[in-house]
Amino acid sequence: MTSYVLRKLLRLGLVLLVVAAASFLLMNLLPGDVALALLGNEATPEAVAQVRAELGLDQPLLMRYLHWLGGFLCGDLGRSYITQVPVMESILDRLPVTIELMLLSQGLALLIAVPTGVLCAYKAGSRIDQLANAVGLFLLAAPVFILAILLMFLFALKLRWLPSTGYVPFMTDPVRNLAHLALPALAIALAEWPSLFAVLRGDMIKTLQQDYIALAKAKGLGPAFILFRHALRPSSFTLVTLSGLQIAATIAGALVVETIFGLPGIGRMLTGAVYNRDMMLVQGCVAVISVGYVLINFGVDLIYALLDPRVRQ
Amino acid sequence: MNALADDPGHETASPVGATIPMRVRDRLGLRFWLPAAWITMVVVLAATASLLPLPSPIETDFTALSNWPDRAHWFGTDQLGRDILSRAIFGARISLTVGLLAPALGLGIGMLLGMTAGYFRGRVEIVIGAAMDAVMAFPGILVVLAVTAYVGASVPLLVILLGVLTVPTFMRVARANTLVFAQHDFVLAARAMGATHWRVLSLELLPNVMIPILIYALLVVSRIIVVEGVLSFLGLSLPAPWPTWGNMIADGQVELATLPYIPFIPAALMFLTVLSINLIGERLRARTDLRGSVL
Repeated sequence: MTSYVLRKLLRLGLVLLVVAAASFLLMNLLPGDVALALLGNEATPEAVAQVRAELGLDQPLLMRYLHWLGGFLCGDLGRSYITQVPVMESILDRLPVTIELMLLSQGLALLIAVPTGVLCAYKAGSRIDQLANAVGLFLLAAPVFILAILLMFLFALKLRWLPSTGYVPFMTDPVRNLAHLALPALAIALAEWPSLFAVLRGDMIKTLQQDYIALAKAKGLGPAFILFRHALRPSSFTLVTLSGLQIAATIAGALVVETIFGLPGIGRMLTGAVYNRDMMLVQGCVAVISVGYVLINFGVDLIYALLDPRVRQ
Repeated sequence: MNALADDPGHETASPVGATIPMRVRDRLGLRFWLPAAWITMVVVLAATASLLPLPSPIETDFTALSNWPDRAHWFGTDQLGRDILSRAIFGARISLTVGLLAPALGLGIGMLLGMTAGYFRGRVEIVIGAAMDAVMAFPGILVVLAVTAYVGASVPLLVILLGVLTVPTFMRVARANTLVFAQHDFVLAARAMGATHWRVLSLELLPNVMIPILIYALLVVSRIIVVEGVLSFLGLSLPAPWPTWGNMIADGQVELATLPYIPFIPAALMFLTVLSINLIGERLRARTDLRGSVL
């Protein structure tokens, strides 16, 4: 296990370097002069030169990258050109909202997918299985922003059970915090449920045909015990990998869902930064989200190895 | 299968052609034809939009603000008095253009890389695989956001970016299928007869690799339509006032409580289109799987 982790760590380091370089290059190789964009077209050449010097844009690309990377490793992503607030500060300010939204939606998706997947594998081909598959087919075709608007329309505007927009920090009022996050999280969870469900159901059906399941039945164990204690773990490898990969989908989902429900998360900040062409903020968000994404995938690989000893070799 | 492949006359088409007579009576059914009819209708309407007797999709009409659907405006009008039916049909153009061109681009590049990797193996495969891993290490939507932030939103840019982002998955499907088919006797036979690598790749392998890739491409098309929807919902596709399904939903969302038909009509159209493509893809995939089991 140790050598497996070491190998993975080495790979992780390489991937992180590539991702950091790509985030940096994305903003530095594209056409357009940041200093000019900042000052507007009427800027005098002297003013442009001054801003370029302030931003270090007159240095060679490699120096700029090393400088940026050094700052990035120390948690310094520069300042927003527009608000002058340090980028890291803005990100740390918004990150908890997005992380809470992601955890809630992923948890909710698994909370729905595991029981439905297990049940439908156990009763494969039955009415309830057919119903679940049909629902999955429909949800798979419903983009997350359509689900979000539909949920908002039904539960916030018509039934008035939950608030439609706004946010309350968890520390201020946990109940209202969850009320504000319930619909956004549900929208993302419903969009993710079909693939999680389908994968678990498929793997579970295969597991249930194994001899040791027949043995467990022959010993007289109850179906719930067999399903959850004997069959669930060996059936959940693909599920774990997929739920890790789906973090990417959650990022895309968070972008729109935060915008729709007015949640002050990193996704809404990033969309705002794109509108305002606040390049430092965009670059910072992209770097932080990508690194997070790579780290999550690394974590998923480790969990996978823990679940299935065969992977380690 | 081997018997057929050993016969040089059948070699190019054998794995595909061999089973067609067995399945020719297999009906595709309503679950295929209904979605196919819907897609055909959307494509035809979108293609002929400027010839149809539709009101302008961008001209505002202050005498008909926020009209619920009626006989004059089948889908109603939006807050600026623009006819929603007309906007929906013109908006379909963007969804379909991006949804078809981006995967086509990705398919072209991905298939080239995947077949090269799967056929030549060795160092070529390692280099291509590593490049694809690097692309996939990034959450794609972020790349699109970051680049559009810099150079501004436009449809050609969207096609190129989304196209490039689909390359790795197409490459994987192409590689996996090339690996399988390259093992077959008909490839060996062609090589033994002195066929060049190019000939083997283009005449022996391509027709076989193409089918699973095209079916997979349907899935990618529906996914890209959704992604385009998300991006235009965020205002990062075609600039206003031109309609896309995504920006129609975004504009309509403001009046969700009082005028729900404005966002829900384009939302329903997008849902039905994506659902139809998925259903068609699923039906075709089931067929090719059957073919596998017959073999």
